[in-house]
Amino acid sequence: MIGLEHYLTVAATLFVIGIFGLFLNRKNVIILLMSIELMLLSVNINLVAFSSFLGDLVGQVFTLFVLTVAAAEAAIGLAILVAFNRNRGTIAVEDVNVMKG
Amino acid sequence: MIQADLNIIVPEIVLALFAMLALIGAVYTSKDKLAPMLTWVTAVVLVLVAVWIGINGEGTRTAFGGMFNDDPFARFAKITMLLSAAAVLVMGQDYMSRRGMLRFEYPILVTLSVVGMMVMVSAGDLMALYMGLELQSLALYVVASIRRDSVKSTEAGLKYFVLGALSSGLLLFGSSLVYGFAGTTLFSGIIAAAGEGHAPIGLLIGLTLVASGLAFKVSAVPFHMWTPDVYEGSPTPVTAFFATAPKMAAMGLFARVLHDAFGGVVSDWQQIIALLSVLSMFLGAVAAIGQTNIKRLMAYSSIAHMGYALMGLAAGTAFGVQALLIYMAIYVTMSVGSFAFILTMEKDGQPVTDITALNMYAKREPGKALAVLILMFSLAGVPPLVGFFGKLYVLRAAYEAGLIWLAVLGVIASVIGAFYYLRIVYYMYFGEEGEALDKGKSPVLWVMLMGSAAIMLVGVVNLFGIETPALIAAEALLR
Repeated sequence: MIGLEHYLTVAATLFVIGIFGLFLNRKNVIILLMSIELMLLSVNINLVAFSSFLGDLVGQVFTLFVLTVAAAEAAIGLAILVAFNRNRGTIAVEDVNVMKG
Repeated sequence: MIQADLNIIVPEIVLALFAMLALIGAVYTSKDKLAPMLTWVTAVVLVLVAVWIGINGEGTRTAFGGMFNDDPFARFAKITMLLSAAAVLVMGQDYMSRRGMLRFEYPILVTLSVVGMMVMVSAGDLMALYMGLELQSLALYVVASIRRDSVKSTEAGLKYFVLGALSSGLLLFGSSLVYGFAGTTLFSGIIAAAGEGHAPIGLLIGLTLVASGLAFKVSAVPFHMWTPDVYEGSPTPVTAFFATAPKMAAMGLFARVLHDAFGGVVSDWQQIIALLSVLSMFLGAVAAIGQTNIKRLMAYSSIAHMGYALMGLAAGTAFGVQALLIYMAIYVTMSVGSFAFILTMEKDGQPVTDITALNMYAKREPGKALAVLILMFSLAGVPPLVGFFGKLYVLRAAYEAGLIWLAVLGVIASVIGAFYYLRIVYYMYFGEEGEALDKGKSPVLWVMLMGSAAIMLVGVVNLFGIETPALIAAEALLR
């Protein structure tokens, strides 16, 4: 029988993979965007699992909001990335270093 | 029913409609030629909305089943944000026009982010919180990279975006856990589920994640690493904006979540906030010492100031929230003045950000140098200027809440932090003879700089009476 804990475990695992993808990846900014998307979607699993467990629709409404915002966020991220690529000619993470820090 | 709800959010609706109409209007007419005029109109609209909120606002009202609060706390934060956003728009207009980067999108994006901030400080529900935060953040990512032909500006936007999205992710994961363990997203439901004393473990994990997400937004250590780069890379008027309204909004939201949703379990989050506060104060004070770029210096300065504001929050009392609000209002005023000065720093029409360029500034422009001296002393918290009273309030709040060690560490950090403010003053009055900066000609910047400095002097009489509204606001939040 698959219960709430299983869904929460999957969501937490995906979330941690997303965070590690953000910090360990040295190659490509597109992978950063994918990691961010993974984090947001793992939250959606969490919300839907809780919503079904509690028998409360609010969690699913929240999920729809998160999905919408994630789409807008990806659009803005890609737009900034295109602008950056035009100036710098690269999208490698290690080349995002004009300023120290 | 719906009519009553809509009446409560009229200010937000007015601003959102204004932004959309301005966007369509500018696209179908002369586009960027309209930008200077649009900037002034936007500033006027922001001020009008602030006045309207100040006059019309009364009592505590909630809309949409508790999702949206209109109380004195929200109104105090909203008026501060609207006025500072208007001031920053007006300040940056000339600077941006001369460099051909004043696009008509700039005032519109600022308006949209202000709408997001207004929703943030009024949020009564995790969903309203998230939507307000994202509306603000998404607009800010774009504003940071508004100069799209510059490597630095786009890099600042990219860094801000990646780290901002990470913080939103943390906040959201925390919200999902809070929802799961409280069974509701309403703050009024969460505070009932958390109970008094100690919260259940699931809620506690959620609270910690939400607090880390918000710590990113207020740039508290250890979540501060984006701040110096974003401050340095963004165009200076945008940096001025980042240092004012979004900080007030994020602080307001932080106080709102901790008191409205977790007000029953103060002892659970007090230590987290106190730790963030101490780390921010010390890192802000120590790391700024080595900076020669004045925008990076202001970034570390803002980190340190957020540490002091968090001290008021860590107290967990009504007096603490009052101290937080007073501190933030003073900080925003000082920031507007300091950035008005940074915007005048030019050599042959090019912006200068190196502080060694200020050598012997006092000889050439004694009036402005005196104003900067007052602002720097106030930022450092030298008595009897207004900045000192802000620090006094938060230190007293921490002391009265029994966090004596926090207050002592705060005093030590402020002594260390005074060094780099005084160094700017030293360069201005006792530096070596060097190449002169251009004579600033902008009357707007002059008025902002002198006005801010005058407020720091005159305000010592009674802080312009903001103590009472701040007290009413704090009591409304802790009701």
